[in-house]
Amino acid sequence: MLETLKEFFSFTDANVTFVMIGSILIGASSAVVGCFSVLRKRALIGDVISHSVLPGICIAFLLFNSKNPFVLLGGAFLSGWLSIIWVDYIERNSNIKSDAAIGIVLSVFFGAGILILTVIQHSGNAAQSGLDHFIFGNIASMLRQDLYVLSGMSLFLLIIILLFYKPFVYISFDRNYAVSLGMPVRFYDFMLSSITVLAVTVGIQAVGVVLMSALLITPAVAARFLTSKLNYMLLIAALISSVCCIIGTFISYTAPSMPTGPWIIVVLMLLSMLAVFFSPSRGILINKWRQQKNYRKILEENVLKLLFQLCEKTGFKEQEWNISQMLDKRNMGEQQLKQTLRRLEKKGLVEKKSAEWTATVNGVIIGKRMVRLHRLWEVYLTQYLKLPSDHVHETAEAMEHILNPELEAQLETILNKPEFDPHNSKIPYQDE
Amino acid sequence: MNAFWIILTASLVSICCGILGCFLVLRKISMIGDAISHSVLPGIVIAFLISGSLSSVLVIIGASLMGLICTFLIEFFHRTVKIQSDAAIGMVFTFLFAVGVILITAYTGNIDLDVDCVLHGEIAYVPLDLAETGTFLDSFPTQPIILSILSLLILIFVFIGYKPLFLTSFDPEYAIAIGISTSLWHYLLMAAVSVTTVLSFESVGAILVVAFLIVPASTAYLLTDKLKLMILLSCVFGILSSILGYYLAAYLDGSIAGAISVMMGINFAIVFAYTKISSKKLQKIKSDPALNS
Repeated sequence: MLETLKEFFSFTDANVTFVMIGSILIGASSAVVGCFSVLRKRALIGDVISHSVLPGICIAFLLFNSKNPFVLLGGAFLSGWLSIIWVDYIERNSNIKSDAAIGIVLSVFFGAGILILTVIQHSGNAAQSGLDHFIFGNIASMLRQDLYVLSGMSLFLLIIILLFYKPFVYISFDRNYAVSLGMPVRFYDFMLSSITVLAVTVGIQAVGVVLMSALLITPAVAARFLTSKLNYMLLIAALISSVCCIIGTFISYTAPSMPTGPWIIVVLMLLSMLAVFFSPSRGILINKWRQQKNYRKILEENVLKLLFQLCEKTGFKEQEWNISQMLDKRNMGEQQLKQTLRRLEKKGLVEKKSAEWTATVNGVIIGKRMVRLHRLWEVYLTQYLKLPSDHVHETAEAMEHILNPELEAQLETILNKPEFDPHNSKIPYQDE
Repeated sequence: MNAFWIILTASLVSICCGILGCFLVLRKISMIGDAISHSVLPGIVIAFLISGSLSSVLVIIGASLMGLICTFLIEFFHRTVKIQSDAAIGMVFTFLFAVGVILITAYTGNIDLDVDCVLHGEIAYVPLDLAETGTFLDSFPTQPIILSILSLLILIFVFIGYKPLFLTSFDPEYAIAIGISTSLWHYLLMAAVSVTTVLSFESVGAILVVAFLIVPASTAYLLTDKLKLMILLSCVFGILSSILGYYLAAYLDGSIAGAISVMMGINFAIVFAYTKISSKKLQKIKSDPALNS
């Protein structure tokens, strides 16, 4: 295994080098194009195009009786374009929704492709062998000259995207703004669709018809989880896709019976899942952890507030409270309350004396602040939004955990440091 | 006689798919149907590797399970991970399909399941595969028998579940309000689609099932928005395309399933053009001042 790995990456075998460069370019270009289709919410358009190029390839072969890559790609390009036009046309001119339109066009085009392909196969034309490579794709077994053409195409795609980067971004994110700027939006639409068709025609030779949409979508989704900047997203998607294409090609190289395309997609999916789950900025796990942390913070603040309110009720004569007293005042689970108190104790915000709890100086500051923010917000809602005073509690309950010191200062200023809240409770200020 | 069996098989597939397809189209989840039809592949292969035959019950169970897993995964990616739904569909089915193809090629030496079979099935071989039950059925091919049973089951399913399926398709909120579980019926429908895909797999292949599911139902939807009529029309269009498709394939000497899909496409195009023209006429009548006054 290690030997083959060394052999593969030593670049001594010129063929391997070509295959590798080819797969990097193909992977990168389809990933970059895919980012745009995913962002434009047209992720499945790649699926339509990839299924629809088959009849084009077969007809081109029938007409010119040659497997020249330019001829076949030309046919593929034309029928891919035709399929996009059809999807748009059906969607715009009937009650059929976009998903069904996509399904109709892709299955009928593909059916036609299979019909023509089988007709060619049964005709006994010896030159036809290898046409079905388009369906499952295989870079590793590709002819040198075909690889040149494909790599050239991919490079061309990347250059086009670099040249038209700005307009493509505008029409992907804010079409109306692009129109108002006086951009030739239709022209850029046409360009973007064309490069999508081109990327698909090139990409299916690597992964095949069915799996092509993964080569467009999956890297884009993974990259979206790793960054929120478009230029980084394109770069990361291209990188992920290239790496997977190399791995897929390598697997095919070591075990020639193994298909390249499916391995590329499986590796791609696994890598993307890593990004989706473990991304440090937007991954699912980090999100769950953040939610948990935030939930605990709210619980802690509520308990400190509760302690303050209990003290306030007795005019601060009593300062120590047991669990059942706290539960009487606020409706929450007993277990939850005990856990929260223990966490607060560790942070030095509350102290336990026998079976009773009391807030420390720092704990009182936080509890007091929560009560103050709650009441200030209630005043704000009744004065500025003219809400009745019995409608403001719920919102204040949420806002007290969100308001920051700057907003607090602003609230105090615009409300003129009110003394009482709408329910006639005194608002406790820090310096009192 | 061969022609009869092949056309019968194709017609039965198009009846099963045509009925279920109507619900997919109305619920705007046609592409989930597409995804399921691709995803059953690894299920079929795994069950095949375990049981050693393509016509065992295990294959149906394994593949249907995989179809449901596919639906769950799509829901998970869409709801929990918050990936836009079309991207979630595209990611999931390609992955499962890739796994299926890898499994096929890894064990391709000793099984008669090959990649061509995935693409367009072997409907031409249907008459050769006779049922071996030891009863009077032995003179009939297996596929039509199985598909007849399936059609019957689907008819019963739709007949019994007509009201909940109807309500959850058109007015999910009302359905919830009167206590119908939308997700239960969603998954029941998806299970039905999976089973249908698996059983149609041998005759029309994994990819072209989509044509049978979506095209006739959409063609019917162009003409009517009454569900019962839509289901009926969808089946009629499916059967019509099966008959014409068979003769087209015989004439050209090509794939029968491919030819049937082409016929479905032509069928759709004709109905589409018809509705376009008639709606234009209607507009003309409406905008003609002489007629209005």
